[in-house]
Amino acid sequence: MFWTWSHGCFGPDPIIMFSFDILDLGLVDYSEALAIQNRLVCEVSSGVKISTLILCEHNPVITLGRQANEKNILKPQDALMKMGISTYNVHRGGDVTMHIPGQLVVYPIFSLRQWKRDLHKFLRAMEEAILLLLRGYHIKGIRKENNTGVWVGDKKIASIGISVSRWVTSHGLSLNVGGNLDLFSLIRPCGQDIMMTSMTEILGPNNVNIEKVKGVLIHKFREVFKA
Amino acid sequence: MAKVILPELGEGITKATVSYWYFQAGQEVKEKDDLVELTTDKAAFNLPSPASGKLKKIFFLEGQSVKVGEALAEIE
Repeated sequence: MFWTWSHGCFGPDPIIMFSFDILDLGLVDYSEALAIQNRLVCEVSSGVKISTLILCEHNPVITLGRQANEKNILKPQDALMKMGISTYNVHRGGDVTMHIPGQLVVYPIFSLRQWKRDLHKFLRAMEEAILLLLRGYHIKGIRKENNTGVWVGDKKIASIGISVSRWVTSHGLSLNVGGNLDLFSLIRPCGQDIMMTSMTEILGPNNVNIEKVKGVLIHKFREVFKA
Repeated sequence: MAKVILPELGEGITKATVSYWYFQAGQEVKEKDDLVELTTDKAAFNLPSPASGKLKKIFFLEGQSVKVGEALAEIE
């Protein structure tokens, strides 16, 4: 017997329009947001809930994806602990990343059974939503080949790393709206020697409001995912 | 005998790397149990077991690369 994700124990795909709910958690502890993601993955997977776009901010926290090398954290654990920064090993693609207040973190808990069943297109669609958002702020974001994420010149403005279980996604993207970018010196983001930038760094501190950015990003996600 | 096949994952994705086996050869698994975790560049995903039975043989170890359509394991 041969088995694929599209047949067998999970039955045929439901034929319905893709749509998603919004869950804005505000500034939330990383572990709490992780628990909410895990619960939602089960609920979306079993059909109890529809796909949901989580938006939030985190206090400084470092996360290591499945490809992460701990050497890409540049400070010892005890020094990070003294700074109040926790580290988490998480079930997502990618290397090390960092979340800081002022950075908009977006976790799409999306059922890809109802949206193309394509991890590659899903990653590109998230990038597209960010590119469209930046364009509205007159920032020229770009993609880099074989380097998932969104860049402005040689600096990175949005990072992406996802997890998929039974075609339901979790984790997602972080967009540097504002925040203290100096904290990224604690890590080698994505295991690379790259500089980070933010919308605030480009446009000035008084020209970007994270609540407004949230609204625009939701709109762009609906546009890209045609919800 | 059920073969665990790496399914189509999306346009341009031809392979994935085995990052974690939740079970070892010889162990009993249940249908829908998460069997193996795989990673591509920016995505990690679990593959559930297609059937209940004994995980007879694992063809790709952690760290090894698997092509779409290849069998990862056999369940008896």
